[in-house]
Formats: sequence, structure tokens, C-alpha cells
Amino acid sequence: MSEMMIGVKAIGMAAPGLPSWAEAQAVLRGESPYHAEELPRYAPSLLPSNERRRTTPVGRLAFQSAEEAIGVVNGEASHLASVFASSGGDTDIVCKICTALATEERLVSPTNFHNSVHNAAAGYWSIATGSHGASTSLSAYDGSYVAGLLEAAVLALGEDVDVLLVGYDVQVSEPLHDKRPIDDPFTSALILTADIENAPWRLRLSLSHEGDETVMENAALEALRQNNPSARALPLLQVLAAPQGGAVSLPGVDGLYLNIQIERAQD
Amino acid sequence: MQSLQISHYTLTSALGRGVAAHWEALQNERSGLRACDFDTCDLPAWIGRVDGVEDEKLNGAWSAHDGRNNRLAHIGLQQDGFAEAVLAARERYGAERIGVFLGTSTSGIYQTELAFRHRVPETGELPADFTYRHSQNCYSVGDFVRGYLGLQGPALVVSTACSSSAKVFATASRYIASGLCDAAVVGGVDSLCLTTLYGFSSLQLVSPQPCRPADVDRNGISIGEAAGFALLEKAQDAEAIQLLGYGESSDAYHMSSPDPEGKGAALAMQQALDKAGLNPQDIGYVNLHGTATPANDLSEGRAVAHIFGDDVPCSSTKGWTGHALGAAGITETVICALAVEHGFLPRSLNTTRLDPDIPNRILMESLNSPIEAALTNSFGFGGSNCSLVIGRRRGGAA
Repeated sequence: MSEMMIGVKAIGMAAPGLPSWAEAQAVLRGESPYHAEELPRYAPSLLPSNERRRTTPVGRLAFQSAEEAIGVVNGEASHLASVFASSGGDTDIVCKICTALATEERLVSPTNFHNSVHNAAAGYWSIATGSHGASTSLSAYDGSYVAGLLEAAVLALGEDVDVLLVGYDVQVSEPLHDKRPIDDPFTSALILTADIENAPWRLRLSLSHEGDETVMENAALEALRQNNPSARALPLLQVLAAPQGGAVSLPGVDGLYLNIQIERAQD
Repeated sequence: MQSLQISHYTLTSALGRGVAAHWEALQNERSGLRACDFDTCDLPAWIGRVDGVEDEKLNGAWSAHDGRNNRLAHIGLQQDGFAEAVLAARERYGAERIGVFLGTSTSGIYQTELAFRHRVPETGELPADFTYRHSQNCYSVGDFVRGYLGLQGPALVVSTACSSSAKVFATASRYIASGLCDAAVVGGVDSLCLTTLYGFSSLQLVSPQPCRPADVDRNGISIGEAAGFALLEKAQDAEAIQLLGYGESSDAYHMSSPDPEGKGAALAMQQALDKAGLNPQDIGYVNLHGTATPANDLSEGRAVAHIFGDDVPCSSTKGWTGHALGAAGITETVICALAVEHGFLPRSLNTTRLDPDIPNRILMESLNSPIEAALTNSFGFGGSNCSLVIGRRRGGAA
């Protein structure tokens, strides 16, 4: 299958024990131990206070990694296209709405309803950054991160625009947790560019029906990777944190793998 | 852009199953709307319900995927020889070279609603037979369609509210242009559920009458449901209907209200024209998003006038089908394909008194008029906009 080259300009992330990309790198390089400490509540800095009040934990999680990535390329946020990849979106809101619909009154909160759309985080992001660019929100179940990375790469290459990719999934609460047991939040953000010459990292992407899914050596990080579909990005983030490049294979939709070779630009 | 041939297309909506049923309804002025009779919903509303979905269970290998949304997808795939056409394409290209890119807004949330009504009394657990993966998760319909058609290429489900199944055409174009696949099954499926009926009602956006797009007395939407699919390939047949252009933008204005000036909408339309390499006067018909809410029709009308002036024939077809939400984009793309193929521009059904503030030439009567190209708009919550240009490429394939 054909190969694509894409540049990475900036990175952000947040997960238990990995509260930012800045702090996560040493852990991912194996220089610091991993302790899965709960993520403190995050207050998005780009959202006006009236909109901040309406965002849910899902929206705040997506903003956490996106704002870190944007901080690196200060001032460009309104020019970016975006891809928001999440397996489940806002499952808490779904539970709230379905609980309300199971009562006789069926009173659905209007704010819950407009926050229930899969593109809620993307909508808040465009409002926060004043971005009028293209934005896609998608899901591919446990292959959502790979689907998002491919969508962002073809968008960046096809439309010659820098693209913010945000992968995010929150923990699922009961009673839905029983059916979709995601225990911890995970988000990561990449800013992808077609300008590979000037990017600090270059990714060579190829889709394959044969792959050897890369796993994390650290058992706790491997458990996180397997538990949260957005954490399928962890092996890629680990190589991005490494001083040299490397290669990983990430799982896409059933039977598909995305093989990625990561090269670091020479300093 | 490299235009893509829409080799096959099909649509199932409240107007009926398959393209011929839609053509017949448009010719005979038959609306698909009825007073709400869905589930136990007692709201004063009109809906566009597809008959018989309740009775057509998915069995055998697909029983885990059973639910209203995938049943509707299954019905849709049976019409117009669509599944057979994909199987023939699979022979030509190979299963791994055909992508599946579908749109939905609420996926199979109706099954989750039912599960929450039937929680185990002692524990509060959801019923044992409820599966999240194959019903409510957004990707469920993508998984079903990809598996049912035996395809092995890249796949995803776009969920950007009411622009979802328009945006998949842009995604498919980029995947094909980048060489990740040679052809794509695109489209969308959205089905009736209580979440949207009560949710839109909570925002006071549901009309107690059949919706009346662009009418001075319009007062909200009529929710519909639909399953529509198209097979996209690189252009080979100069006579085939093609996807000529697409445009995508964000309002960056409000989560559930459109920008009153329609700035984001105008951006999407202009980008679609630019991609198609066409001028506004090359477009013979604009199929409006036209939800029949006071805010949408006014802001969209301003945006259309900004790009096209006040002379291009326009109509919303929501009065025929209802608003199929995540399936609205594919529904109206198929209607545009019919408009180009037959030179028939459907009128704005249920509209009796035009809003004088809407600066468009709204079709109060259907028009027989040959056209080369049509543009369709799909806008969603979160300020997600997508416009598509459908038509024939003058002088053959580009």
C-alpha cells in the first residue's frame, strides 16, 4: 500500500500520572518511574467563562492536550484545521439523557442535549480559537486513534493546511461501564503539517493488513493502552519522546494496522 | 480537485425505499411526514418515519448488530442493487482497496434508551442482551456495513451532527487522492430515537406541524430518518454524475445556533465552488439545509445570497423527508443527483407564505429545468458546515 510522509510540529497529552507532554517524556523514556496518579481537574484557558461552565469532563480533557500542543506553536490556533477522534464521545451525557428518558417526565436538559453531539469538543474548540477551518469528529471503536491520525494526515496533505489531531476518551461510569469498561481518561494531541522539511518529527505512514501491534514494556502503561482506545497512541508517543526515532504499529479497524516510522529532525 | 464518479447511489427515507420511490414521491407531491407515532413519544410533532423498520430484525451473523439504526442500514443496502454494485467493485479493486466512510449523529442510541428503561431492578445493571459496541457506539454502523459488504479497507464514522454524511464525501475524496483506497462506500444512517425528539424539543426547535422551510410562519423541524449510500470511484464515465467539489468550515459562533450572518456557511459554499472550478452561475439548483427553524433559514438565506445573488433556484427538501440529521447530507446529495439526472428541481414543500426577509429564489412550484450542477448544504450543531457540488463535468472527465 502507498506510503505517506507527514510532519509533527507539536505534541500535547494528559492521562493519569502523565499530566502533560512536558512531564510525560521522562516517564515514556523510562528515566522516571510511572505512578498512575489521578489527573487534577483541568480548567481550559482558551474558553470564555460562560462556555467553560458548560463544558463537560470530556471537553475539558480534549482541551487539555490541545492547549498544550497549541502553546508550542503560539498564535496559530485559528489557522488550524482539526480532527477530533474519540471512540465514545461523552458517555456521561448519554447516561444522563437515557436516565431522564426512562422517567415519566422525560425532561432532557437542553445543555446536555447540545453537549451530547460527538463533535461537542470540536465545536467548543472552534469557538475558543475562532477557527473557521475544516473540522472532523469521528469514531472507529478501538481503531479510533488510527482513523483520526489517517484523517488528519490526508487532510494536512490534501488541503495543505496544518491540522490539530486530538484523541480523547474518558472513563465510563455505571451503568454503562459494565458494557464499556474504560477506567481512566486519556488524551493526546499532535499538530501535523505537510511542511515536513521544517518539522521536528517526521512520520512515514503505511496501512497494512499485517502488523505486530506495538505494546508498552511498562505493565501499568500497557494496561492503560489496552483499557482506553485513545491510549492506543502510547507507543507512538513513546517513540516521539525518544532521542532517536523508531517504528511502531498501531491497531486500526478490524484487521488493519498503521505502521509508522518516526524520524527525528537533526538538531 | 479530481472529481469522483458517483457510480451507484441509493436512498431509503420516509418517502420510501430506493431511488424510484423518491422520484415517484417528488413527481406526485407526496410528503413522507406524519403525526408522531414513534415508540411512546407523545410530543406534538411530525416525523419522517421509515415504515417497517420495527419488523425487520437482523439475524444470524448480524444478530449482535440488531437495532433500529443497523436495521435501517441493512434495508438501505438492499435497494437499487447497491450491495451487488459494491460486490462487483470488490471484484475489480479488491476488498482491501475499498474504504467505508459513513455519517451518523445518534448511531444506535435508541437501543441504549431501551436498555435504560429495562435496568435490572435489584442492581441497576443494564440488560444482559444490550451490547454497547454494536449499537450505541458511533462506529457500529461502519462496522456493520464494512462487514456486511465484505470490505477490508480503511473505515471510520464521521459524527459532526447534521453535516456528518456530507463530510464523508470530503473524507473519501482525500483518502482516494492519497492512494489509501481506490473506491469508497460513503453515506449515512440516522434513525429515530427519543433523544433527538425530546432533545430538540427541549431547545424549542420542533414544530408541532409539518415543517415549513422558508415560510414566514416556520416554527421548527420535523425529525426524520434515512439510510443512503453512494459508491465513489475515480471518474471514468463522462456521463456519470460526479462529486465535483466539497467545502468544509466551522462557524466558531455557538454550539446550537448558527452565525446570523452565515459566514461559516458562505465559506463552505465558496470552497466547494473553488474545488469544483465552477462559478456561482454554473450552479443550477441549491438544495438548502433549510431546517425550518427561524434562525437557520434566515442565516443560510443570507449566506446563499452572498455567494449566488438572488436568482439561483433554491429549495429545502425537509418538508418531503423530514430532517434526517446525520443522514441529511446523503439524503440531499441523492436528491441533487436526481435533479441533475432528470432536470427536475423539487419545490419547497409545505411552504405557503415566503418569509420576505429570506433573500432567495425559493421554489414554490417544482421546476423542469436541465442543469449541469447542483450544490447542497449541510450544517450541524457545534457550527459544523459542509457543502457539496454534484453534477456533470462539462467536456467529460476532468
